[in-house]
Amino acid sequence: MSHKILAKDKLDAFLQGLCRDQDLFAPVMKDGKVGWAPVTTAAEALWEFSNSELSPKDFFFPQTECMMRFKNVQGDPQGMIMQAEPALNKPRVLLNIRPCDAKAFQVLDMIFVQDEMTNDLYWRDKREKTTLIGLACNDPCPTCFCTTVGSNPHGTTGLDVLLTDIGDKLVAESFTAKGEALLKELPEVTRQDLFQAGELKKAAEAKITSGVAVDKINAATVMELYDAPLWDRVMESCLNCGTCTFCCPTCHCFDIQDETQGEAGRRVRNWDYCMSWLFTMHGTGHNPRGTKKDRVRQRFMHKFKYIPVKRGGEIGCVGCGRCVQLCPVNIDVRKVVNDMNA
Amino acid sequence: MRNTYIPYPVSIKEVRVETEDKQLKSFWLQFLKNEDAQAFNYKPGQFAELSISGYGEIPIGIASSPTEGRDLLFTVNKVGSVSSRLHNMKAGDIMGVRGPLGNCYPLKEAQGKNIVIVAGGFAVTTLRSTMNWLLHPDHRGDYGEITFIYGARTPGMLLYTEEWTAWQQSGQAKVCVTVDREAPGWSGLVGFVPTVTGDVAPKPDNAIALICGPPIMIKFTQPVFDKLGWQSDQIIMSLENRMKCGIGICGRCNVGPEYVCKDGPVFTKTQLTSLPQEY
Amino acid sequence: MEAIAQKIREAAKKLLSEGKVDVVIGYAKGSVPMREYPYFAYTPEEAENLTWSSFCCNNLALYTIRRPGRMAVVAQGCVSRNLVNLINENQIKRENLYVIGLNSPGMVDRRKVQALFPGKTITEVIEEPEHLLVKGQGFEERIERKKFLRSNCLTCVQRNPVISDELIGQAGPEGHGGNIDNVAAPWEKLIPAERWAEMQETFKDCIRCYACRDACPLCYCYVCFVDEAQPQWCAKSQDEADVMTFHLLRAFHCAGRCTDCGTCESACPQGIKMRRLTSKIEKDIRELYGYRPGMEIGAQPPMSLFKPNDPQDFIK
Repeated sequence: MSHKILAKDKLDAFLQGLCRDQDLFAPVMKDGKVGWAPVTTAAEALWEFSNSELSPKDFFFPQTECMMRFKNVQGDPQGMIMQAEPALNKPRVLLNIRPCDAKAFQVLDMIFVQDEMTNDLYWRDKREKTTLIGLACNDPCPTCFCTTVGSNPHGTTGLDVLLTDIGDKLVAESFTAKGEALLKELPEVTRQDLFQAGELKKAAEAKITSGVAVDKINAATVMELYDAPLWDRVMESCLNCGTCTFCCPTCHCFDIQDETQGEAGRRVRNWDYCMSWLFTMHGTGHNPRGTKKDRVRQRFMHKFKYIPVKRGGEIGCVGCGRCVQLCPVNIDVRKVVNDMNA
Repeated sequence: MRNTYIPYPVSIKEVRVETEDKQLKSFWLQFLKNEDAQAFNYKPGQFAELSISGYGEIPIGIASSPTEGRDLLFTVNKVGSVSSRLHNMKAGDIMGVRGPLGNCYPLKEAQGKNIVIVAGGFAVTTLRSTMNWLLHPDHRGDYGEITFIYGARTPGMLLYTEEWTAWQQSGQAKVCVTVDREAPGWSGLVGFVPTVTGDVAPKPDNAIALICGPPIMIKFTQPVFDKLGWQSDQIIMSLENRMKCGIGICGRCNVGPEYVCKDGPVFTKTQLTSLPQEY
Repeated sequence: MEAIAQKIREAAKKLLSEGKVDVVIGYAKGSVPMREYPYFAYTPEEAENLTWSSFCCNNLALYTIRRPGRMAVVAQGCVSRNLVNLINENQIKRENLYVIGLNSPGMVDRRKVQALFPGKTITEVIEEPEHLLVKGQGFEERIERKKFLRSNCLTCVQRNPVISDELIGQAGPEGHGGNIDNVAAPWEKLIPAERWAEMQETFKDCIRCYACRDACPLCYCYVCFVDEAQPQWCAKSQDEADVMTFHLLRAFHCAGRCTDCGTCESACPQGIKMRRLTSKIEKDIRELYGYRPGMEIGAQPPMSLFKPNDPQDFIK
């Protein structure tokens, strides 16, 4: 919509504007790790970093989220009446989010909000009240492969604003009315600035040297991929732990449980993971995904076949590479997908 | 916008022990609010999450038919903590219902056709709903012959005896109820469901079959239909998987790309042959 | 390292080609630096992929549990101790196991190396006899290997395998000079409130992915207590009490069994130091019962054994 310039010495003023009526969060360095925290000044936020170790999905889909409350008194009819947890009371801004993570939220939008019945108000409320200001990746990691799964180091999908660091200043581009309003007061960009941002984009894309191919996955049937021999090898070293799913920006499986303490009761949802054998276990003891192989296969099939089949070709992976870095046994999604595509 | 995770409050109107082993009980539920009853528009084959605060939710097929009024019927097997708690509840108690969820049997598409229903054990619930719907005077004329084949281990394990007896007597449907072995006082059919189905030999011409039962029954009933010349797209089945959200998000009930809770629970055999057997 | 790796490959090829085992479980080079991974070689050709380096941090004993057939396992001191544990706990049979033993050089903690280059991406780490050459975009630095060892390797007391059917290379010294009691000792000086604060600090980043449990060769229960649904011992939420319950109970379940192999810390995506807990339990078991787990086939773990003269002063 509009291209503006944000000088680095004007960042604090810009951030002050953002925090006025909103909570502002950004990646920060904490105990040697990059994580998300509230910030008010530019100095607190990181401007040169690869990405946060865990994805910022918990801003919209917290690991533990109270959905509703009830009075835990047996025999009290009121106890069965559920009170929905109030919506987010203040809008939020996520500053310096990476384009891959913003793209992930757009994929999740398609899953959390589908129609009148599949309409997750908890997700939706936080999404609608949050502004995403992205920071383009000028220096992608060797584990990044976003360009091969429909994203880009300078990608704009799902963002309100994208900032591109061109040295002493940032090019700020808006894509929504919300984003445009934030940039209203900023000076216009010059042709030279835009050119520089474009060059940085090309350079960043060129730095992404690893990737996946999905053409044959798209052409294959579900059962061809399901019965492919590769799963016997992929599953061997897998621990069936939750690391890959918990760090993943698009993994979104959850469990719903009731918790009580005295007279207070709540229905909560918690992140859950398809690697857990309990995940699909029937009350009768029958388990449709009873083996490690079933569970490992489910995760990759879900992202690279099931989601594309159901969501118009959209892949359930944005190429952020977190699972590649964090998997305790180095199951590399790029290798698995390329084997699927063989 | 409605928060579809919040259950509608209902009161238990009636509880009935259904089987001799007392593992199955039926619950008639009445909405506390009229507008909730209005909003709960369901069709045979759909299910709902029964909610008991402090315990959680369980997905259960709706056994009543919308033609029976606004109250809902559920028949629940006692397995986990929610169903055990429910079995201890009594008429007048308040609980929650969330739904209706999932797709339904293709009864609209089946207008003008003969319908064969095959049920085993307590999987008969949504087929009770279907029978009541089909036999209702508003609908009966839209369908050809209706055959209802139902089996259980013993006479005491058969659900809804009064009702299928009434269907039998009405002459509106061919009702074949069987038990696995001879039993004192039982004068009806004896034998497993697949065998009885073979004896009844429903013709595939202009017909669909709705099959619901334990995996072993389904496994042996399918070849009977194959032998009789039925095509895969004429065979309709309903699946069960562990569920939480019930609305196609939480990720545990999927069979390949299909979510049993949202894209199912009703699938044709044609669909199922192109999906992993993760159910 | 490469010389050892070559010998491992030769041993594996021989075992597989002679049909002595169905599989050789070893390590292969990871797709990212500093992350070798458990590898299963079924053929002499596949044995070519086996490697040995400063980053063989997974405990391979894990993969022998409930695995049918004859298997060979590459085992340094701690892995061999866990194999002994599993034999003593009747989880594997000695006769199905072929131990390719070797002295552990001590494994390197990739987080310690990464901490030298904050915000930078390491693209390659080259092994040299006493050093590691660390390379990244625009930097290259030679670091002294032993300064970056995992903390459990520093306090190791058993670098040589306790059982082996074949020894690769030479037996070497048993320790690296560290003392695990120094890791455990701080607890003893703390009053309960301080201990709780220390616990909170240690586990505050836990995301309950259970990688620590799932990587651990002691955690082979069919249903972990934390997963039990009826009764549910532990709620599923990110609640401090539940997170602590998990870590505390797990540590106690491992009492008298933990070999301090460090695989839990290496597996943790959050860099949590589980050894702050397990080291104290290891120390107590050693001091109270004179027992070190996994040192001897046939030894009886003190926590599964009752003796009338067992120490009981700590039961209050």
